Amino acid sequence: MLSFDQVPPLAAPLRFFVTAPLFIALAGLLAVIDGPAILASRWTPAALAATHLLTVGFMAQVMLGALLQMLPVVVGVVVPRPRLTAALIHIPLTLGALALAAAFLNGNPIWFQGALGLLGLGFGAALIAVHLALWRAPVVSGTVIALRCALGALMVTVGLGLSLGGFFGWGFTLPVVVVTHLHTAWGLVGWTTLLVAGVAYQVVPMFQITPPYPSAFVRGFAPLMAVLLAAWSALAFGGWEMAARLTGAVLALGVALFAVTTLRLLTQRRRKIGDPTLACWRTSMASLLTGALLWLLTPWSQTLARAPQVEWLLGILPIFGFAVAVINGMLYKIVPFLAWFHLQAQLLGRAKVPTMKQLLPDAAIRRQFWVYLAALLLLLAAAVHPPVFTYPAALALGGTGVWLGVNLMGVWWIYRRVLQDGLAVAPVTDNEVMRG
Amino acid sequence: MPANPYWSLAMSIREFLIDDHRHCDDFFAAAEQAVERSDAAGAATAFGQFRAALLRHFAAEEQTLFPAFEARTGMRMGPTQMMRIEHEQMRGLVEVADEALTSGDLEEFLGQAESLLIMMQQHNMKEENVLYPMCDQQLAGEPAVLERLQSELA
Ligand code: HEM
Repeated sequence: MLSFDQVPPLAAPLRFFVTAPLFIALAGLLAVIDGPAILASRWTPAALAATHLLTVGFMAQVMLGALLQMLPVVVGVVVPRPRLTAALIHIPLTLGALALAAAFLNGNPIWFQGALGLLGLGFGAALIAVHLALWRAPVVSGTVIALRCALGALMVTVGLGLSLGGFFGWGFTLPVVVVTHLHTAWGLVGWTTLLVAGVAYQVVPMFQITPPYPSAFVRGFAPLMAVLLAAWSALAFGGWEMAARLTGAVLALGVALFAVTTLRLLTQRRRKIGDPTLACWRTSMASLLTGALLWLLTPWSQTLARAPQVEWLLGILPIFGFAVAVINGMLYKIVPFLAWFHLQAQLLGRAKVPTMKQLLPDAAIRRQFWVYLAALLLLLAAAVHPPVFTYPAALALGGTGVWLGVNLMGVWWIYRRVLQDGLAVAPVTDNEVMRG
Repeated sequence: MPANPYWSLAMSIREFLIDDHRHCDDFFAAAEQAVERSDAAGAATAFGQFRAALLRHFAAEEQTLFPAFEARTGMRMGPTQMMRIEHEQMRGLVEVADEALTSGDLEEFLGQAESLLIMMQQHNMKEENVLYPMCDQQLAGEPAVLERLQSELA
């Protein structure tokens, strides 16, 4: 955080964070409506819709919002016109994610065309804003390198996604299966994993008070993974199957190495007090590790490769197990902190500002996390045995999304109330109070 | 940190001050842990050590590092000014947490400590990722600055 007058207004990042949980709830709703049929194949319209509600509506939305918020801190660059930039990304992304889900469900080319236009706009604006900042970074740290790789991977993911959408919207001819594989890998391994890694290098050691990640890892991991992904893509696209398989194995090992390194650091944490977000990190990394090992083994075993359950596990573990867990945990740090910070800056000396734990009690975080964990385990069970577990999994998925949203909205409500009460007592004229 | 000249030749300002940040973190973690165990005396000791270490770190930066950087670059209102403002904010937060601890309100202390930790670590990230590397570049020809910091934070 910079001094107060350089901090973007609270509404700029918050708009991403309060709308995102709705998309988890919508994915749950979709699964409730569709029932076990949704799991018939990963290519069912409802499965593709639910996937993008999570990957675009929740994950990309929060990750981009948080990135805009973190760039000034981690990279030392201020994003210009924060309110406008946030709106230009948030509005098209939200509507685009909804339209894309609707397009998958109704299969209507017009919907695909609309969704692609909106998503092109939203992701385009985000990529421009973030790239500009990353290029101007005065010092190129390991985190900056990883963020650049992640942003590059997002560009590839979105490019491939738009082409796939073009197949449905305008009838582009392209080898859909291979392109979908590339799109998935760039999205989950390139964009999601490398972004989380870049952020983890900073936040794990600092907020959990652990030793740092090994410096060779910090500088080398993301570029190496990006190069491997590019090589893997070329091999997969060119049809060199064995070489692609081997490269894929190295990629899976790389992902596993990141998960193991993070889990090890977490066991060495010197901050010994209970912290509910720690459970989010552990669940996230354990899911990532399990997913990576499964991905490593699958191509070499006929039984695994043929099992439709494995395909589902390979989607649920990285998306809901890894990404949603870690993002859920990060939101619980970012949102109460930002609210506290803005209250502090505006009310210091005029009214008592609630602490972060009063804005969002640990107990509320823990309860929502249990529902999240239930949803994860039920989804994994549903992948293996849909008839019994689909409905409980769908309900838990909806429940955890709604609860996350309620917890975050709760912070916003307290923020509004405290601010109004505080301002009613004594009008605020400037922000100088923060300077002491 | 040993004031061994060979050691200091090998070390950068960044590495040295990062070590000092981690040193403060350890006291902070110890204070939080003592509070969670309801060990008021242990918490008071650890938080006292944290506070002393942090204030010494701020003072060394404000009196030695920042003036050297400003003199070398001519940037008086740039990053160092921002860091001074943040030091001031954190001094305030440390006092508020200290009051909570002294008055025995441990719940309040943990709440205050949470936001203090985040403020402090965001500040550290900016210094470690941006300002210290700039200092190492700009002050490469002035080993005396690091030596002074080492003696001030010994
Ligand atoms: C502009 C944004 C995007 C568009 C237009 C888009 C479009 C598509 C389309 C059309 C498919 C289905 C391909 C088929 O049926 O053969 C697909 C699959 C997929 N997309 Fe996206 N996508 C976008 C962004 C993302 C992002 C950011 C992720 C992040 C991780 C992602 C993850 C996936 C995954 C995992 C699949 C495979 C689903 C499955 O196998 O069931 N997509 N995408």
